[in-house]
Amino acid sequence: MNFETTIGLEVHIELKTHSKIFSPSPVAYGADPNANTNVIDWGYPGVLPTTNKGVVADGIIAALALHATVEQHTHFDRKNYFYPDNPKAYQITQSDKPIGHDGWVEVDVDGVKKKIGISEMHIEEDAGKNTHERDHSYVDLNRQGTPLIEIVSKPDIASPAEAYAYLEALRQRIQFTGISDVKMEEGSMRVDVNISVRPVGQEKFGTKTELKNLNSFNYVQRGLEYEEKRQQQVLMSGGAVQQETRRFDEKTGETILMRVKAGSDDYRYFPEPDLPALNISDDWIKELDAAMPEMPTKRRERYVNELGLTDYDAMVITQTKEMSDFFDATVALKADPKMAANYLQGDVNAYLNEKQVDLQATKLTPANLAGMINLISDGTISSKMAKKVFKAITDGEEPKAYVEAHGLVQLSDPAKLQPIIDDVLSANPQSIEDFNNGKKRAVGFLVGQIMKQTHGQANPQVVNKLLMTALQQ
Amino acid sequence: MANRINREQVQHVAGLAKLEFTDAELDAFTPQLDDIIGMFETLSEVDTDGVDVTSNVSDQINVMREDVADNWGQSEDLLHNAPDAARGFIKVPAIIDESEDNA
Repeated sequence: MNFETTIGLEVHIELKTHSKIFSPSPVAYGADPNANTNVIDWGYPGVLPTTNKGVVADGIIAALALHATVEQHTHFDRKNYFYPDNPKAYQITQSDKPIGHDGWVEVDVDGVKKKIGISEMHIEEDAGKNTHERDHSYVDLNRQGTPLIEIVSKPDIASPAEAYAYLEALRQRIQFTGISDVKMEEGSMRVDVNISVRPVGQEKFGTKTELKNLNSFNYVQRGLEYEEKRQQQVLMSGGAVQQETRRFDEKTGETILMRVKAGSDDYRYFPEPDLPALNISDDWIKELDAAMPEMPTKRRERYVNELGLTDYDAMVITQTKEMSDFFDATVALKADPKMAANYLQGDVNAYLNEKQVDLQATKLTPANLAGMINLISDGTISSKMAKKVFKAITDGEEPKAYVEAHGLVQLSDPAKLQPIIDDVLSANPQSIEDFNNGKKRAVGFLVGQIMKQTHGQANPQVVNKLLMTALQQ
Repeated sequence: MANRINREQVQHVAGLAKLEFTDAELDAFTPQLDDIIGMFETLSEVDTDGVDVTSNVSDQINVMREDVADNWGQSEDLLHNAPDAARGFIKVPAIIDESEDNA
């Protein structure tokens, strides 16, 4: 039996606003428990929430970045449920008129491009956080009221690899807008997935299961791969898939039953009476659209078509807006694009990994990286010398000044190199004979001797050229 | 009684509100709720032809504040008001349900 798979993803993205969605309490991390809360966040009787304009703006920005239609007559709704992290016993969210609908992102899986639809996205408040100890649980409401955008995919995702690619495309586009850090490891991006399989040709979708505890894109893909296979096996052995929630076990790569879902949830949504409706003007949308940074897909096209980068290079450089902006600024200072891309992917990324910091938190600047690359391009320093210069620019030093102060100038002048080569050759007649007898290794030895004489400052390309000319005479 | 709501629906709604009713209470509440819904039904006598659908009875629109953080410094008082608190947290009976992140 052949099967087809349908995957749905609900992605929650935490917005980087200064204040909460319905109260002016600060949105900040690492504060003492409940320090960033007030009577509104606690859902005290008689308090009146007020909508944060910045959150609505971010919702419009997200809609635009994901090619969605902005719902200009929108409002909030109440979703009723009891849980100790939710002091009001309802969440203020959007159900009836979400701020954006019918968007899409393009994914590329093994060279095949596909558009994945987004059915809707809405703005809502986050809940507090519970920690559990043996006899009691402890509630911290600092996160209560933190603004979120929830993005719901259409049932277009047909494989775990597409799910991964969709998440990556979504993460990048949102990251480039600057409305969120979109980091799964920090909880600013959270993913809920559901998956069903059905025999090819069957019109009705199969029964879907939900997966929890997916803490990275990789786990999302692995969890879905396991679940896809499990459901196929259930169906092939004549069984029926149950509607249930399963947990992904990171150690075994398996999914484990958490609970069976009976019927659908009954949240009794109704329009939020405490918050007036929103009418989003054309002018506001235009204003936000005009300020939208160039998206990663556009940048990749530009890098490949105009700057001659490979698809792979362009993809790595556009992982974050900071990296891409840094690259653009470096190239704007006349640095060779290919070299700039190589340095960013190689030495810069290695440095960021080693220090565990983001690019913007370092002392590296486009001016200094471009300065260093230009010194390599014009032959002033060798790429070997650049290792030292790179270290210096990570400390914020200006490359030209550093090179001059440390005498790191490459010897490229043939008139100065020729006498040194002649000296080395006359001191090593055996190597010349070896070379004439076809032992190419002798060249390496001679280059080594020349480098030694020049304390490593000779330009290797020039040395090679001059040496070969001398040997073949 | 007009059967606008039945016993099972009352029991379902009570369950959603974490309430448990005895049979006698269900017998008493079902017709009462039926009457209440009946009272609301009088609204449908109003002629609403040509009136736009609305989600809100307030005539205000676009009431928003700028995204500026302001900590009102109320956490100590709020925790003092909580039934129980420890180390700055609200202390509650152990939560057994595993569902996290209902958002």
